[in-house]
Amino acid sequence: MAILINRNTKLITIGLTGKQGSFHTLQSRDYGTNVVGGVTPGKGGTIHEGIPVFNTTYEAVKETGANAAMVFVPPPFAADSILECIDAEIPLIIAITEGIPVLDMIKVKAALKGSKSRLIGPNCPGVITPGECKIGIMPGQIHMPGNVGVISRSGTLTYEAVFQLTQREIGQSTCVGIGGDPVNGTNFIDILEMFEKDPETKAVIMIGEIGGTAETDAARWIRKHMTKPVVSFIAGAAAPKGKRMGHAGAIISGEDDSAESKFKVLQECGVTIARSPAELGQKVQEVLKK
Amino acid sequence: MNVHEYQAKELMRQFGISVLKGGVAETAAQAVEVAKTLDTKVWVVKAQIHAGGRGKGGGVKLAKSLEEVEKISKEILGMQLVTHQTGPEGKKVLKVLIEQGCDIDHEYYCGIVLDRTVGKLAFMVSTEGGMDIEKVAHDTPEKIIKAHIEPCVGYTSAVGRKLGYALGLKGETLNKAMKFFEGLYKLYTEKDCSIAEINPLVTTKAGDVLALDGKLNFDDNALFRHPEIEAMRDITEESAQELEAGKFGLSYISLDGNIGCLVNGAGLAMGTLDILKLHGGTPANFLDVGGGATKETVEKAFSIILEDKNVKAILVNIFGGIMKCDIIARGVVDAAREMGLKVPLVVRLEGTNVALGKKILSESGLKITAAGDLADAAQKAVAAAKGAK
Repeated sequence: MAILINRNTKLITIGLTGKQGSFHTLQSRDYGTNVVGGVTPGKGGTIHEGIPVFNTTYEAVKETGANAAMVFVPPPFAADSILECIDAEIPLIIAITEGIPVLDMIKVKAALKGSKSRLIGPNCPGVITPGECKIGIMPGQIHMPGNVGVISRSGTLTYEAVFQLTQREIGQSTCVGIGGDPVNGTNFIDILEMFEKDPETKAVIMIGEIGGTAETDAARWIRKHMTKPVVSFIAGAAAPKGKRMGHAGAIISGEDDSAESKFKVLQECGVTIARSPAELGQKVQEVLKK
Repeated sequence: MNVHEYQAKELMRQFGISVLKGGVAETAAQAVEVAKTLDTKVWVVKAQIHAGGRGKGGGVKLAKSLEEVEKISKEILGMQLVTHQTGPEGKKVLKVLIEQGCDIDHEYYCGIVLDRTVGKLAFMVSTEGGMDIEKVAHDTPEKIIKAHIEPCVGYTSAVGRKLGYALGLKGETLNKAMKFFEGLYKLYTEKDCSIAEINPLVTTKAGDVLALDGKLNFDDNALFRHPEIEAMRDITEESAQELEAGKFGLSYISLDGNIGCLVNGAGLAMGTLDILKLHGGTPANFLDVGGGATKETVEKAFSIILEDKNVKAILVNIFGGIMKCDIIARGVVDAAREMGLKVPLVVRLEGTNVALGKKILSESGLKITAAGDLADAAQKAVAAAKGAK
């Protein structure tokens, strides 16, 4: 079961022949992911490391029956590649690329509405269902199959959490990096909803950051809809306020987006709080025993 | 990236947005020359620094004669201007903007920003202009009127009418305000802004609609397609260390504590600051070496950390994913040897090639404290910094 990806996932990589795209695609294949193709305009018809390359995403989907795409295209062209994936009706698009302009992502977000695609990321480590399928840049060997779902805005903090779980022999159902950008394809609530419905998932770790309202929105959703225990850490309690130039960012939400305020709302909504990132594994162990 | 008010206003002019006539000056003599070209009886001398609250700090003053323009410019140029956004040390003023005065009828607020909750741009206006708008939003949220822009449609007159009528404008003033909003939206989207804030936006006794102040920030990720904006960068406004770090792909922010931090990944770097504080320590910096660090970047990171004289201990916290622990270990060992390590060094390595990394550290002969997990690393770093006093 798990969520989003499993043994039946057929992956194509957009930007396969680039250095990063190639390296991480091969790593994913080594982990056991079924990599069926790649896209690099101008290199269609060639074979890269045993993987057939296509000029367009449409062609790749038509020829391989791919149902997931991993995007490694450099930032200036990444939004265009995501739009191409949406147009090719790929159900799951995972964008690893960091540094896509916000105005590009606003257009992508609009195009996703009413489409057949779900986008994870951009600027994310990807998604892994341990023992079955890895799509992204996370180190596969620290994971183990099991029943804890992990959702995070940050890459390395996700690895930290997973590592703490695996050390305690607590496995993971699926780990999802939703990415740290202000406009992304999938939010905490979307993934929480999937974990709630997934019979294999027994508890969830949610790792957030300062800024925005995604965590507090999720907290309120959890209070209403979530029956499974959720453990959460918010990074940035000690982060510098910074010399802010404008106020507009803070006004629009009309809500305090500091770590302290997020911890408070999460707690009020029945989420188990880990004040220290070193406590995540232990807290999950505690809620699983209850 | 930020720009100065005078640069923001130049951009606004290009997009047909009304601003007052004026010019920038670096000396009092230049200021007088600029003032002479303006057809006005009062001038405003405005300090140009990348921070708000300049008026309260004494960086914005009215001059009623050319002599006063000269005198005030002399006072402001070179001063350390302290505002609530500069920190207590303030910022040195190197440029002033000289503008003609105007007869203000009413002050409003107008801004465009990304609304993350819906992934769309939003206009915000308020009749409470010229004030601390964050306070207005908090105390009287009903006084902030928002209008979202459909990304596939863009600005429409309907948006302009919603905003204009909400501000109580009518007739020719309303038309001028709508033209203003349209221009600001065009500027925002064509130049990849991340914030556009006009506070105050004013109506004058003559019925004009003007941007009296203007703040523009730009999306760093989009600067590749705007060399003209990149050219406006004022490096005197940016931290030399942060710029230097940026050249090596390092993300560095100086803080006021005494534990130097070297971490991979922004989230883990933030988490490391948090856990140091939880254990009673104070971080000297935020430093993310990123995913593609080499031996050289690790060495550079070390030298930047060691330049900070407040550093009493260093904590290296690496979760090797793509980043291999042995590469970090080699960089740490070489840097410590070359630079001569005078403060305690705590290293926590985990992930890819961790055994090899730990071996390199232990065989180096250097005095390195190895830490087991994240909490252990934090405790040891805090203890080391305290012991080093």
